[in-house]
Amino acid sequence: MNVLEIRELSVDYQSGSGAVHAVSDVSLDLRRGEILGLAGESGSGKSTLANAVARLLRPPAAITSGSVVYHRRDGEPVDVLGLGRGELRAFRWKELAVVFQSAMNALNPVSTIGDQIDDVLRIHAPRMSRKERVERTVELLRRVGIGADRRRGYPHELSGGMRQRAAIAIALALNPEIIIMDEPTTALDVVVQREILHEIRTLREEYGFAVVFITHDLSLLMEISDRIAIMYAGRVVETGSAKALHKAPSHPYTLGLLRSFPRLHGPREELLGIPGTPPDLRSPPPGCAFHPRCRFAMDACSLRRPELVPGAEGQVACLLNDDKGVRQ
Amino acid sequence: MSGEIVLEGRNLTKHFTAARGPRGRFGRRPPVRAVEEVSLALRAGTVTALVGESGCGKSTVARLLAQVYPATSGEVLLRGERVKAHRGPAFRDYRRQVQLIFQDPFASLNPFHRVRYHLARPLRIHGHVRSSAHEQEQVAELLERVSLTPVDQFMDKMPHELSGGQRQRVAIARALAVRPIALIADEPVSMLDVSIRLGVLRLLEELADESGLALLYITHDIASARYFAEDITVMYAGRLIESGDGETLTQSPAHPYTKLLLESAPDPDRVTAPAATRHGEPPSLIEPPSGCRFHPRCPVALPVCSERVPGRTEVGEGHWTHCWQAEETALLR
Repeated sequence: MNVLEIRELSVDYQSGSGAVHAVSDVSLDLRRGEILGLAGESGSGKSTLANAVARLLRPPAAITSGSVVYHRRDGEPVDVLGLGRGELRAFRWKELAVVFQSAMNALNPVSTIGDQIDDVLRIHAPRMSRKERVERTVELLRRVGIGADRRRGYPHELSGGMRQRAAIAIALALNPEIIIMDEPTTALDVVVQREILHEIRTLREEYGFAVVFITHDLSLLMEISDRIAIMYAGRVVETGSAKALHKAPSHPYTLGLLRSFPRLHGPREELLGIPGTPPDLRSPPPGCAFHPRCRFAMDACSLRRPELVPGAEGQVACLLNDDKGVRQ
Repeated sequence: MSGEIVLEGRNLTKHFTAARGPRGRFGRRPPVRAVEEVSLALRAGTVTALVGESGCGKSTVARLLAQVYPATSGEVLLRGERVKAHRGPAFRDYRRQVQLIFQDPFASLNPFHRVRYHLARPLRIHGHVRSSAHEQEQVAELLERVSLTPVDQFMDKMPHELSGGQRQRVAIARALAVRPIALIADEPVSMLDVSIRLGVLRLLEELADESGLALLYITHDIASARYFAEDITVMYAGRLIESGDGETLTQSPAHPYTKLLLESAPDPDRVTAPAATRHGEPPSLIEPPSGCRFHPRCPVALPVCSERVPGRTEVGEGHWTHCWQAEETALLR
């Protein structure tokens, strides 16, 4: 049961020195009620992909090809890229909500937290009475762990963790089917981050929404996600369940990422890291974009671009896996 | 194993006075008690880590050690000698021996100048060059040391042409230009991509190892501290709470806050998710909690914890903590 189907989506940024292919040919499914982790380095296209799905891209970014289809719980599939202004307004927040990286910037500094939730309710659910809206606001804040008295507080009066909770409360306001979370915990401390992650999981159990969780922190994703998609240079290079990816990554890039994290327990395994730097997307390397940094690269890697094909578990785009798979 | 003590802070305390805000009693603004009684020693050729959440005062400690501003009380010792060098020639002399590396390599390089300029300036200011050919040679050598090769290519690049990791390497080369004996790295990799971090940390480790630099690695990531530092000191709300060698501290922590920090760190190897309880948030440093500053969030707090500040308890060789619980267990032993 897919709630969102992305097919062959490409996004370019037009620039003076040629188009930057930020997202190329990405196909991805989001299942109902799952947490899908989207991981990759900065510039790998993960945020651009999320913004394309939420229709938040503005020039110079342009969707050059592909489709995004949203499936309502009951009813016709919706072509997200073809929605008009009014339809888009109805789609956003009711069906799909976004929580941005920095809640400090995502919240309006001159309006109270309560007013900002009220704003969403008033515009997207005009039939609610004032009293119902206040009740809903208090209820939402309580659900994310903010006291009702903080309703009248301004963003600057809240700590970083509280602000992020408030941003999540706004996203939950209309019970969306999909919530896109773009690095929601990057600015927070580990202890607070852990609490927010737990909160997201409990809320998901309760409301049954699907989450696209974007971060560069793969070890964090392994803990929270059901499935993970790894992006490199604008393409999805591997997908799979969090468990499978942790145990047996099939793409050398995933392996490199996993072995870049120092471990807290167990023997002090040698860290591999990944040599080199991410490619310039104006002129990505020919063949597999990862081959200049890959330890397993073969001659064919610079000539032929591997397709994302189903593997043992999930999908992988690597020539090595065409026959045997990556050696560890 | 570890060399002589190069840079040391003894009982460093720093209170900041707010420039604005409500006045308290006697028309005074209450101070922010950012750092209280912090003692820390850096040894030659050794990486020491200072770990804590944001706002716990770890950067303030770095700046006190670097003499960016004076301490409210306590002293800084360089090679055993007390220093007070906040301006003028004394400060310049101190800066020749103790260098800082900052978190954000995008902000710490001047966008209008080439890499060559960034490295040549400290060489000239601190009188390490004789001629322009000599300068060229030294700049090349610095770039070589931080593995920015081919050297000729990197020398004439502008900061915007470099990636985050490369910029941080330039910042490290710049710090090395004055040939310091101590290097303070304040979150040197937290703004970099995961795949890049390792290389920069390895470089710092090598520098400490080969050049005998005393290195303070300030971070919020306790797992990386375990890999790259010999000793770890944990800080909470302006106070040191636990210190020991990296392996002991991460595998058998003594302080409840260190335990919480370790439990909260993302770890894909974890079998069961840690129990989720709300721990609240770090306290305000204007009115810090009485006694142990961690007691409002502490799962094992005793009545005494809110009354008196716990003293130092030795829990093993070179491993100590400030905790009443540890004190009690030590007494029972």
